[in-house]
Amino acid sequence: MHTNSLYQEVILDHNRKPRNYGKLDHANHHAMGHNPLCGDRLDITLQLENDQITDIAFQGESCAICKASASMMTAAVKGKSRIDAETLIHEFRELATGKLDINNPHHLGRLTIFSGVRDLPTRVKCAILPWHTLHAALNSITDASTETNHDSAQAVSSKS
Amino acid sequence: MNSAKVSLKPEISSGFDLEKIRADFPILKLKIDGKPLVYLDNAASSQMPQQVIDRLVRYQTTQHANINRAVHYLSEVATMEYHNARCKLQQFINAREDREVIFTSGTTDSINLVMHGYGRKFIKAGDEIILTTLEHHSNIVPWQMLANEKDAKIRVVPINDKGELEVDEYEKLFNEHTKFVGLIHVSNALGTINPIKRMIDFAHQHGVPVLIDGAQAAPHMNIDVQALDCDFYAFSAHKLCGPTGVGILFGKAALLESMQPFKGGGDMIASVTFEETLYNTIPHKFEAGTPPIAAAIGFGAAIDYLTTIGIARIAAYESSLLNYATECLNNIPGVKIIGTAAEKTAVISFTIDGIHPHDIGTILNQDGIAVRTGHHCAQPVMQRFNVPATSRASFAFYNKETEVDALAAGIKNVQKVFL
Repeated sequence: MHTNSLYQEVILDHNRKPRNYGKLDHANHHAMGHNPLCGDRLDITLQLENDQITDIAFQGESCAICKASASMMTAAVKGKSRIDAETLIHEFRELATGKLDINNPHHLGRLTIFSGVRDLPTRVKCAILPWHTLHAALNSITDASTETNHDSAQAVSSKS
Repeated sequence: MNSAKVSLKPEISSGFDLEKIRADFPILKLKIDGKPLVYLDNAASSQMPQQVIDRLVRYQTTQHANINRAVHYLSEVATMEYHNARCKLQQFINAREDREVIFTSGTTDSINLVMHGYGRKFIKAGDEIILTTLEHHSNIVPWQMLANEKDAKIRVVPINDKGELEVDEYEKLFNEHTKFVGLIHVSNALGTINPIKRMIDFAHQHGVPVLIDGAQAAPHMNIDVQALDCDFYAFSAHKLCGPTGVGILFGKAALLESMQPFKGGGDMIASVTFEETLYNTIPHKFEAGTPPIAAAIGFGAAIDYLTTIGIARIAAYESSLLNYATECLNNIPGVKIIGTAAEKTAVISFTIDGIHPHDIGTILNQDGIAVRTGHHCAQPVMQRFNVPATSRASFAFYNKETEVDALAAGIKNVQKVFL
């Protein structure tokens, strides 16, 4: 199994009709994500009130995997607390890099559809970029990159 | 009376036995997820025939020692075989002398050698270096580093919508400050073959030396450095069915002699004291340390392999394959070929409406088809065509028309997934 299970209808649907697509005018947190290997760019704006994500949006140029990941991520974290969002970020990274045992309890729900990327090392970054950028936005790091060494949010270090 | 049977497919030149050639490449028998490998990433690296693999094994099992040093048998054999490889390369590019061929770790290393050896010695503040929009990053970044260090300036030759250099604009860039030209022979991203002879001649009218990045040209056409009259010419073995980790820099002897060494170390010296080091003669001056001996000898074997088939035959066959592939891809709605120069090698960069190249590459891989996706280390080319990335199918003489058909079917499948 790999690619067949990756380009599933859910992912293709979110790629065609991304949820929460655009830019929030009233955002108090934002970050730009960048994957220099493929040129993908992602802009996340969010409204954080009393440590609660009350609204979130994303926009950018990216592949289907990245766009679907961003779309499903924004749907998943909207209304969640910062801590719950950070838990999801952590679990998603573990999932994409093949470290999460999905038989153990987790909070990812339908997001486990992205587990297929773990077999495609060059595509892991595509799936992770939105989460990486969300982490940066929550922590007010304006620019996130999949290739920045000094960013504590660095999720994948494998070069392709 | 029998009417002659007309074939739409181009005639393959005589003496070109495709199935026999394919049988030389063990990797072509590979299956990817149960599907036959369709390897269309030859511009990134080509595959190695059994003849070259056997040569590496023979060297490693019966001939290996360090070179230019000991008096023992193996060292003498290895030294001789390494030298033979240099001579094969000299003949391959028709260099005047074997000492004009320097073994490097590859094209990038060759260009860096020229930047350090020539550029840092002769380029001064206010000087101008001409490059082109088609350059690979390896022929941009070293010169930018030099320009920053010396306060020199980079001037860039534009391209037209077909991906061809605007040679008139190139000629207008020359002035009294122009001191160096770096020019890619064949674009890795688009396949454009540049009119380098005319451009070299023009530079020489202004007394300006020219470096040719021949990484994408040497595998596909005859290179005659004396006829071209280029000052430097660089390419890598692994794009010519040879090993990775080795390449050459051709340089005119007088220029190489005038240059400072790039790397210091063993073999590149005539004598060393702590007060002074006298450098060795060329090519040794530029080959510090133990070189990639096995890889260089394998490079020589790869040159033998290619010249036995014949570069002209290879070029003719690849050209027919390019025409066929161009026609196939042009017939698929939504597919756009980027780079439509009149003179091209068998490289097709393309986009598919609404589908990101990385998704294309991943889904094609599912069918065993290997293409490159991304910016191809040529971001200025991508910027010129206003695309973040493309997919690139690059063909070698061992590819066949049914593999082009597989690519076309694969592309239609990608479109179906994203319908």
